[in-house]
Amino acid sequence: MKIILLGPQRRPTLDGVVRSLGLGSGLARPVATITAGWREREPDDAELSAHLPGGRDQGGAVNLGLYRRWLDVQDRDPDYFAGARRLADALAELQDLYLLRLDYALRAVYAVQRRSVSADLPGEAVAEALEAVRELDAAHLRRVDGARGEFFARLAPHDRPVIAGHRAEVSAVLADAAALVITGGHVGVLAEALHLFNIAALQSTAGQATAGRLPVIAWSAGAMALADRIVLFHDRSPQGPGHAEVYGSGLSLVRDVVLLPHARARLLLDDMARMAVFARRFAPARCVPLEAGTRIDVSSDGAWPPGVRVLGEDGHVNARAAA
Amino acid sequence: MTAPVASSVSRKLAINRLRERRPLDAGVVDRFLARHEVPVVEGPRCTFLYRGEADEVFLIHRIFGLPDHLPLRRVRGTDLWYVVLELPEGSRVEYQLEVVRGGQRERINDPLNPRLAHSPVGSSSVCYAHGHEIPDWTRPDPEARPGSLVDMVVPSRALRRDCAVTLYLPARFRRTARYPLLIVHDGGDYLRYADAKTVLDNLIHRLDVAELVVAFVYPGDRLAEYANSAAHARYLTAELLPRLEAELPLAGTPSGRCLMGSSFGAVASLSTAYRYPAAYGSLLLQSGSFAFTDIGNDHGGGPPFEPVVRFVNRFRAAPRRVADRLFVSCGVYEPLIVRNRSMIPVFEAAGMTVRYEEARDGHSWENWRDRLRDGLSWIFPGPQKFFYE
Repeated sequence: MKIILLGPQRRPTLDGVVRSLGLGSGLARPVATITAGWREREPDDAELSAHLPGGRDQGGAVNLGLYRRWLDVQDRDPDYFAGARRLADALAELQDLYLLRLDYALRAVYAVQRRSVSADLPGEAVAEALEAVRELDAAHLRRVDGARGEFFARLAPHDRPVIAGHRAEVSAVLADAAALVITGGHVGVLAEALHLFNIAALQSTAGQATAGRLPVIAWSAGAMALADRIVLFHDRSPQGPGHAEVYGSGLSLVRDVVLLPHARARLLLDDMARMAVFARRFAPARCVPLEAGTRIDVSSDGAWPPGVRVLGEDGHVNARAAA
Repeated sequence: MTAPVASSVSRKLAINRLRERRPLDAGVVDRFLARHEVPVVEGPRCTFLYRGEADEVFLIHRIFGLPDHLPLRRVRGTDLWYVVLELPEGSRVEYQLEVVRGGQRERINDPLNPRLAHSPVGSSSVCYAHGHEIPDWTRPDPEARPGSLVDMVVPSRALRRDCAVTLYLPARFRRTARYPLLIVHDGGDYLRYADAKTVLDNLIHRLDVAELVVAFVYPGDRLAEYANSAAHARYLTAELLPRLEAELPLAGTPSGRCLMGSSFGAVASLSTAYRYPAAYGSLLLQSGSFAFTDIGNDHGGGPPFEPVVRFVNRFRAAPRRVADRLFVSCGVYEPLIVRNRSMIPVFEAAGMTVRYEEARDGHSWENWRDRLRDGLSWIFPGPQKFFYE
């Protein structure tokens, strides 16, 4: 399965990417799209479809409508909806507590880091402070995954007729698709929809009879949701720089990576000390900015091409060799 | 070699250049006024003007630390009066002029300045100093989907009256969602004088603030109900809150509830949370009238402040954790700035997380409006961190 991660598509490069995959006009099978991150604007995909071979009107693009399906599940399966609400409450509480602890832990890192510059402290001081943050991140992710796992085990979505029906429909579309395109938007809603409709499993088996696993093209929130770990970040909020926070697990179609759409606009990339902490905190995962024009082709064996720009542990964004 | 000369010329104030003009007649003054916005803002110096025959003219303001009557001087040979005030960058000052003629004093808004601020007690002229910017999110944005306002009446046994409430429901309000709740004291004034609906629409649209439901409440006898009244606290917490949470899709947890108010409304917010410390997770307190005494009984606020002083003195003597998080703001030109600054360590000592913000502004609705983004986005942060388009 080939995965192509793109930068934001305000100036679209999608059509060129699609052509480069040999998916030009005259394609016999449609491209499946997921715009669930747009939430209630999910159906407003005319502009997206125009960048795909054949477009929507000629059957070249099919929107999987995951957000609509998610709302339908809420309406028609009240037990599941009630359980999902309880899960959301529990996750929100976990996230609140995590952020409370993270705030103190990261402030400790920055304080030690500042002191180490002026007082020539041994490097282990920062590393030890950082280790506390890494442990907190890891513990939080385990708790979130645990809560989700328990929820899915208890409510068994695959056995619930409404969800199973939607999964079957999605599976049928993917089975006939030439590629899967996932756009940006609300990464939480998107990840929720991708998990609920089991896109990772469906995608990995789709199209096997014809062309092997589907190529996936994703950007912004869509790219983040493909990673094993979703990290939220926003240094330019009204309250000033916020702490990057582990939100949960993505589809794990790309691993050991933290994807950073709009990094230049959203992160204080010029604050090297802060960025160094960011990179070291998530290492050995690569922190990869996805800026406009970025294209990263991840091969089916998970290998990355050479020259991908990553946030280094020195706080600079540099090109990196293939891995 | 000419640059320093040009620089020294540019530093001379417009009013001083005018005073040096010869001849200096009515036509020159006419042209001067036609060329300048009033007050004339030149760097940190603001020149306030009045034109007309008078015995004396005073600038009346409420900038804490300055004499509140500043006399204007007459430009010799004209009917133009002026005073120059140095205002730090970003300042915003409300003022009026007092004109004395034949022993009669008349207080008026500045006839040369069209910019006015409004409040329940009338209007004032406004001086925007160098560097002051009115936030763009306070102005209607055609891109922002409007929420809706719904009036309701809540019969209150506690207050022995029917209480009007105006609900704000965000755009795309859904029964299947759950929203945090903000209860706003002096709700009608926030809507009218602080453009609260426009602000909410814009901040939600920009993802700065979470989609939320707001209950704008209206006081009856304000000075009684908002000055640490048990009946008011009971109305909000035991009558209004349960009804709203029964009828609307609200979070229904302390972290999803916030009380907000300015001036006496801030006292009402704090004292309500004090009486019901498990009910509200956050308070948004603007220019709180937190009058207190460290010794003696002279608080300078008059009889309406007596119950406030008793309450604040009690709180300061034994600080109590009444909420998780407090956003506190105050204008540095308000007399209340000292009180508010004094309360911050008290709040923190009680174990509450406090965000404190000062502005170069006064005890005014525009000040309270302009702090709303920082306050609301801290208490109910929007989903910006989730959006990657």
